[in-house]
Amino acid sequence: MNHLESYLILSALLFSLGLYTVITRKNGVAILMGIELILNAANINFVAFSKFVTHQVEGHLMAIFIIMLAAAEAAVALAIILNLYNDQGNINVDEADALKR
Amino acid sequence: MSEVIFWVIWVLVVISAMIVAYSKNLIYSVFSLLATFVGVAAIYIFLNADFIAVTQIVIYVGGILVLLIFGIMLTNRIAVAKINQSSFQTSLGMVVVGAVFVILVITILGQSWPVLAESMDFDSTVGKIGTLLFGDYLILFEVASILLLGALIGAATLARKEL
Amino acid sequence: MPMVNLSLIILVLPLISFLFQIFFGKRLEHKKGEWISIALVLTTLLLAIIMFAQMLFDYQPDFRQEASINWVNLGQFQIEMGVLVDNITIIMLVVVALISSLVHLYSVEYMKNDVRYSRYFGFLGIFTFSMYGITIANNLFMIYCFWELVGLSSYLLIGHWWEKKSAADAGKKAFIVNRIGDIGMFMGMMVVATVAGTFNYQVLFERIASGAWAAGVHGLFGGVDPNTLLTWAGVLIFMGAIGKSAQFPLHVWLPDAMEGPTPVSALIHAATMVAAGVYLTVRIFPLLTPDAMAFVALIGGFTAFFAATIAITQNDLKKVLAYSTVSQLGYMIMALGTGAYVAGFFHLVTHAMFKALLFLASGSVIHMMHHSLTKLNDHHTDAQDMRNMGGLRSKMPITYAVFFIASLSISGIPLFSGFLSKDAILAGTWSYAAHIHDGWLAQAHLGWILPFFGFGAALITAFYMFRLIFMTFHGEPKRKDIFAKMHESPKLMTIPLMVLGALSTFIFFTLPSFNPLGGKSWFQTLVKQPETVVPMGAFDSEGFAHGLHLAHYPAMYTSLIVAGVGIGLAVLIYILKEIDPAKMAQRLGILYRGSLNKWYMDEIYLNGIIRPFLKGCDAIAYFDMEIYDHYVIDGVGRRVKALATGTGIADDLVVDGAVNLVGIIFQWLGWTFKFVQTGKIQNYLIYVLIGVLMVYLINVF
Repeated sequence: MNHLESYLILSALLFSLGLYTVITRKNGVAILMGIELILNAANINFVAFSKFVTHQVEGHLMAIFIIMLAAAEAAVALAIILNLYNDQGNINVDEADALKR
Repeated sequence: MSEVIFWVIWVLVVISAMIVAYSKNLIYSVFSLLATFVGVAAIYIFLNADFIAVTQIVIYVGGILVLLIFGIMLTNRIAVAKINQSSFQTSLGMVVVGAVFVILVITILGQSWPVLAESMDFDSTVGKIGTLLFGDYLILFEVASILLLGALIGAATLARKEL
Repeated sequence: MPMVNLSLIILVLPLISFLFQIFFGKRLEHKKGEWISIALVLTTLLLAIIMFAQMLFDYQPDFRQEASINWVNLGQFQIEMGVLVDNITIIMLVVVALISSLVHLYSVEYMKNDVRYSRYFGFLGIFTFSMYGITIANNLFMIYCFWELVGLSSYLLIGHWWEKKSAADAGKKAFIVNRIGDIGMFMGMMVVATVAGTFNYQVLFERIASGAWAAGVHGLFGGVDPNTLLTWAGVLIFMGAIGKSAQFPLHVWLPDAMEGPTPVSALIHAATMVAAGVYLTVRIFPLLTPDAMAFVALIGGFTAFFAATIAITQNDLKKVLAYSTVSQLGYMIMALGTGAYVAGFFHLVTHAMFKALLFLASGSVIHMMHHSLTKLNDHHTDAQDMRNMGGLRSKMPITYAVFFIASLSISGIPLFSGFLSKDAILAGTWSYAAHIHDGWLAQAHLGWILPFFGFGAALITAFYMFRLIFMTFHGEPKRKDIFAKMHESPKLMTIPLMVLGALSTFIFFTLPSFNPLGGKSWFQTLVKQPETVVPMGAFDSEGFAHGLHLAHYPAMYTSLIVAGVGIGLAVLIYILKEIDPAKMAQRLGILYRGSLNKWYMDEIYLNGIIRPFLKGCDAIAYFDMEIYDHYVIDGVGRRVKALATGTGIADDLVVDGAVNLVGIIFQWLGWTFKFVQTGKIQNYLIYVLIGVLMVYLINVF
């Protein structure tokens, strides 16, 4: 618990799992969850560096702003997902390929 | 003792995150995400970040997660007990993400971080964060409030039926 | 407040009037909007009178104030924008302000119900502005700018009724003929600028006097005698005056300019703008060499006589006055040329009063004629033709009275202002002829031609003015129907007439002396003849003054006799009917026809200059269209077309082929890569990650 690396590895794991979720899931809400994982990974990094490297609370501040951002993003994303549902009857993003058609 | 607790929480976070990524049942995913968030909040405690930990609980667990559950309930028939979710390009995703993870680990371990010798011991970060938030970062703070307002209005506009 | 500041305020006010009438006048048209212009002009009159009173109070013959700023810097050469106020400026300002104010007032009634009423007042404003500009300018360049502005406003006002083709043509004619004079003036200014390096009067005169002029003669003018060059500079600048003051041979525009509204004729084409040429000559007087002055005098004298001969036979009321104006301007120019500087400028002032009066009074007659013709529903009869008038004395007593006063004044009868100035001019020519030996005119022993012109013109002037009065106001009315409907003009028109009538008497110009034959008046004291700065053969002003003294009484008696003879002749012919004018005309034959047809000046210009010029243009056009276009341009065209056909083929095969090849390659590439585009964001994300990995691998290995 007193090694920076232990936090960084945890953060890398969370990041990778989030990324995997984002890439492979079809469900929109699941993708959103992956994104939250990625953001959490970033937050852990900020706070960890804040403790071990800088000894300042600026890192905490960044974490707060990221949390705020996540909240905003989740609200907008859910609104989009609802629209997707209204549009095609489910929320599978792989079916939302109007870009190709 | 705390060392042990730390590693237990560490493992719990990783496992719950893996359930989020791999579970076939969407409901399981959501609830293990709850576990992940709480675990990460605990990790913050270990990092002497009390305010962030509380914020994590309040906003993520109390706000975002509830939003996610609402999203699920609005888009699925809740009577169906098991809400399946499917995945695609799993093998390719596994390879690529695995490669990314390997690179990250190589980078983390291959680096000599400028870690300060003495550990940071402070009672509470709330005062410092408050001073900074209403001092140097005041404009950022105000911009953030405008962003939230924008998100609020945007979400409300998008969610209306007749778009 | 310094005079300079006052003069600047005077300058700006009419400009405000112009801008107001142009931008807002239409909304206030026929709603008393014109009174804003009138108020502004009356303010300038008030300020001018304040300056005038100040001048009389101080009584400094050498009074002079100058202020200027640098306007354009061209290395060593600078053009400045500045104000020069001396006694001449002040007198001129008062004259312009007075006439302009009265004309503004008069126009309210005269132009009532006009289609472009507010615009008319706007143009009066810009004219007044530019005339003030000419008056207070302290250098040639600035005077030139305002000179052109005056020309523009004259053009606009002559063509005020442009629906009438003759009015539009007259405007164009005035503008173009003036341009010819202005080209000369500009060339003169260029000579001055090149040699002396300045436009400022004072600096210019100093440089000529100090010999810097002679030192500056090199380059383009290298080898030219400096004095000859100075003569040329003077004559060229004087050309501007020839155009603007309608001197022979550029006088042809002024009679045509009578197409404009009559108040405009009074303001611009009788009292002020045409006097601008005289004013310019007054300003450049010190630099005129004896040779240049002889030229000026001859032009002026000939014009005075020549125009008077035309005025005898004209039947149009305003045309007679127009030629009379040309003739009187000739007097002024002649006076300046003979060195009678004060007399010339004096005549400018007195003439401005009585000639404006004559025009405004004739306007009053014409206005009433129009009225009765409109009532009779007669649109063919010419309201300005004297042959339709007669006997108006009883119907329009005020107009008649002031007309009579002005006619006595212009004829040079004692007790009236014209007598004072005209007498001084005639004495000046007499003295010049008798005592001056400089200048080619005197050296050729032709000096006596000037008094001949002067007295001859005086005789004719008296005759035609009284012919005008007798035909218009006396005798039996020739058209009873029109006559019955005539009556006196409204007050707003008669009051300016009465003011000008009062100013045409001697008393205002002889003070503080009350001698009607003249004396040491304020004018003679305050307007001082400037010292000539010409180095060689300076004008013999002492001998001239001596001669003036000697010639004073002989000239006065002669001019009185001559005027009496003229009036007597008019009485004999038109009142007593002892001589039948028709028989006279038959006996004089060619002389009568020549005079009636303005000595064929317009025809000479048409056939001598305009038609040959147009023919030349046609010939050049023929060459251009038939020869140059046909062989050179079209020939080149045909060859280029052949060449183009050749390159066209090469283009199709080689260039287009290359372009198509590129197109085909990319078509194939696009067909290949289209499978990558699935439309699924997660696929794209994978590609991005693969890209990131590849970048990493490239970095590591």
